[in-house]
Amino acid sequence: MSMILTAVLVLLGLALIFGAILGYAAIRFKVEGDPIVDQINDVLPQTQCGQCGHPGCKPYAEGIANGEPINKCPPGGESTIQALADLLDVEVLPLDAEHGEEKPKMVAYIREAECIGCTKCIQACPVDAILGAAKQMHTVITDECTGCDLCVEPCPVDCIDMLPLPTTPQNWKWDFPLPGAAVIATDAQRGAA
Amino acid sequence: MSAASPIRIWDIPGGIHPAENKHQSTQHGIETPPLPKQLILPLQQHLGARAEPAVQIGERVLKGQLIAEASGMISCPLHAPTSGTVTAIGPAPYPHASGLEEWAITLEVDGQDEWTELAPITNYRLLEAATLLEVIRQAGISGLGGAGFPTSVKLKARPEQKIHTLIINGTECEPYITADDSAMRYRAEQIVAGIEILQHILHPEQVLIGIEDNKPEAIAAMRAAVGERSAMQVVVFPTKYPSGGEKQLIQILTGKEVPSGGLPADIGMVCQNIGTLLAIHDAVLLGQPLIKRITTLTGDALSHPTNVEALIGTPISHLLTFAGLQPERLYRLVIGGPMMGFTLQSTAAPIIKTTNCLLAGTQDELPPPPPAQPCIRCGLCAEACPAELLPQQLHFFALGKDYDQLKRQNLFDCIECGACSYVCPSSIPLVQYYRAAKSDIRALDLQQHKSDHSKQRFEHRQERLQREAEQKERDRQARAEKAARLKAAKEAEAAKPSTESANSDSASAEPDVARLQAQKPSGLSPEQKQLKIAAATAQMALKKANKQLAANPDNTDLQAQIPELEQAARDAQEAFDKAQGEVATQPTAEPSAGADDAKKLKIEAAMLRANLKKAERAAGENPSAEQQAELAKLREEAEAAEARVPATATAKKPVDENLKKAKLDLAMARAAVKQTERELANNPEDAALQAQLATQQHSFSAAEQALHEAENNSPIPPPERHKVDKKPVDETLRELKTNLATSKADFKRAERELQAAKDADTDTAPAQEQLTASRAKLDAAAKAFADYMASKETD
Repeated sequence: MSMILTAVLVLLGLALIFGAILGYAAIRFKVEGDPIVDQINDVLPQTQCGQCGHPGCKPYAEGIANGEPINKCPPGGESTIQALADLLDVEVLPLDAEHGEEKPKMVAYIREAECIGCTKCIQACPVDAILGAAKQMHTVITDECTGCDLCVEPCPVDCIDMLPLPTTPQNWKWDFPLPGAAVIATDAQRGAA
Repeated sequence: MSAASPIRIWDIPGGIHPAENKHQSTQHGIETPPLPKQLILPLQQHLGARAEPAVQIGERVLKGQLIAEASGMISCPLHAPTSGTVTAIGPAPYPHASGLEEWAITLEVDGQDEWTELAPITNYRLLEAATLLEVIRQAGISGLGGAGFPTSVKLKARPEQKIHTLIINGTECEPYITADDSAMRYRAEQIVAGIEILQHILHPEQVLIGIEDNKPEAIAAMRAAVGERSAMQVVVFPTKYPSGGEKQLIQILTGKEVPSGGLPADIGMVCQNIGTLLAIHDAVLLGQPLIKRITTLTGDALSHPTNVEALIGTPISHLLTFAGLQPERLYRLVIGGPMMGFTLQSTAAPIIKTTNCLLAGTQDELPPPPPAQPCIRCGLCAEACPAELLPQQLHFFALGKDYDQLKRQNLFDCIECGACSYVCPSSIPLVQYYRAAKSDIRALDLQQHKSDHSKQRFEHRQERLQREAEQKERDRQARAEKAARLKAAKEAEAAKPSTESANSDSASAEPDVARLQAQKPSGLSPEQKQLKIAAATAQMALKKANKQLAANPDNTDLQAQIPELEQAARDAQEAFDKAQGEVATQPTAEPSAGADDAKKLKIEAAMLRANLKKAERAAGENPSAEQQAELAKLREEAEAAEARVPATATAKKPVDENLKKAKLDLAMARAAVKQTERELANNPEDAALQAQLATQQHSFSAAEQALHEAENNSPIPPPERHKVDKKPVDETLRELKTNLATSKADFKRAERELQAAKDADTDTAPAQEQLTASRAKLDAAAKAFADYMASKETD
């Protein structure tokens, strides 16, 4: 009888000790905020374009954390969907065409002769990448532009173009060797003959 | 003596022994080609930021004159290699694997080769290291070995780390290239002088000059030049590719390895190329900036392979012609050596600071690579790799684009020497995979960096907007409070005289309170507002005219105008006053609805409370009996007034709610209609959508009706309606508007030009013509716009 009692008491004591440790750890090592939202937000391309239907990347990250599909981000495209799928351990989905299609990186360009200086694009830019003042010509800081398109709609004289980012020797990339090169020599000779 | 104390040499892992082909270009010494007609000087000849042009198009520059400044820490200035005229600044052919153009300064050579004033330093030993580094920086010296890292930055890369070993790279391990070889043969004295300058800057314990044993003439010349200097040693080691890599050479000479991702300076060493030393010698002792370099011209397609001391910016075609190019034999033109160089697509490109070799190969010499076959996992590549990487693994990860694994396998320690591709029995272009993977990873890193940056900017913007909104709200509240206080005070004051002398004719005397009430926001009808605006503008015009008249009193036009304007201003003011007078007598006398009643009661109560407070304050701590009686009376009155307020005030609420609801319903109905209309625009055949639209339109009109009723029922007077055209601007209208705006701008410009032409006393005819043309265009645009608007109206 006393054995059972001892065992129960020992287990009870252990339970109390571990409970205390766990309780302390929960307070001491408490994580502020929702870490998964930040992780998702880091994967998103931060164009802040709103094509997903949210006003920015962070709200979409919160949406994904609450179970929204991961395929609503056209600027991120397939690579972002892949990264999100890896992060959240969910299935890879094809990009939802309803929110737009994946396009090459663009930057906004203001045709300066036509700009009337209305500041509407400046107000629309989510990253403050447009410089100008009322009745003064505006211009886009190319390095800061995320290519989100948001300035195109408000322009009353339609003087903003979205141009693909030019390739320069600085951002040019080496090509991978063509996969077609991996044929056996005799076949290649036959093809040439 | 170097021969007396041979130092130990180590070996590097891997390496290969390709055919050297160096003898072809060493037969003629160092030659100087004739001046070309044109030089193309790219602004990016180094690693780091592009230089900023410091000259204008059309400017004449002298040999050695600064033409582009360094922009930032890691950057290099650029100097004119000969005298001539700047003809262009803009994209020009550029020696790059991509074949893309790069910004460059184009110089038309005048053939006089006239030097700018130089400032040679005769005794540099008196100068401090920092001053000499600045001289090297200003001379535009970047590594001439191939990477092109700015030399002054490299020399002080780790300021906290003492440099104990200076390594001079005379290895030149790539086949074909003999630029450093000939420099050492014929310029050994200058090279040693350059080393001494670096010794003075860095104070290393030892200087090791590493030369492969396939250059006996260079070794002899360098040994002779070094002579009895005890701190310098010429170290000769067996030929093997790629001993000339910086990290490999350090390993051969000292047995130490540069840590992965680190710099030689991390282990107290600095490595400099032979060509760089020559440039340092020229910069310090002769005062000449880096404007020329020794370049090897070789390959079987040249009849006269040689080494030339060519001006930076010389077009490659010019040099190849000098070396006797046989175009029919040329199969591939390579910049750099056959192992690490890249194929050039156009001979219009110039040579730049890093161009050490031009290899014009025939088809036999540089045959097209055989087609790649599958990897057989033989492992030869791993044996050949000088960086002890696993090329096979890297290849498979690069195929799968597994960038994390590639980083883990130290892809970035790969020096792209090409030894693995050279030994591969399956002819897999391994280096091309690594280069592509590296540039992909770099691009992704850059993208990640940019997205982090955008995120930060976005967050800061959100914060700023919120801050501004809060500030606005606070300001608005403060203003509202202030206005309320002012109003209460004024009304309290107004109430006093009116109670005291109720029989005096307050309306005709037009006291302040009447004015105030007349000017209350709801007090002015649209007509009154218009009148007020008209009066104000008339006044303004009058003032302006007066001012102008004061400025030039002789202007008779203005003098005639003024009385007119005065009359107009008086008329407008009178009209406004009249209108206001009507209102002042009208509305205050007879409050029309319950809502106004409640407001009035509230105001009354507030006034009474204010009076009470004032009386209390006046009475102070010890009120007299009289004051107490008055206070009690006031209190009673105030309470009575307050008791009356809530009953009426609450009575108006529900009516208000109804109105609001009706408005909301209307807005929702409108939104629904619009949504359907949009959908319908996309597929106009959809019958279901059409039906939906009809019902929605019906509900919309119903909602409109409901709102009208609610408005009629509401005791609140309907707000003034400003009709705003909410319809989206359609395409044609926008186009017309833009057209109108641009033609207006054109017209104005033409006017300005005409004026300028008149001022300058030049021929005004073309400007006049332009003006007429632009006026016609403007008229046409205005007409089109007006027509369109008229047609819209009739719709």
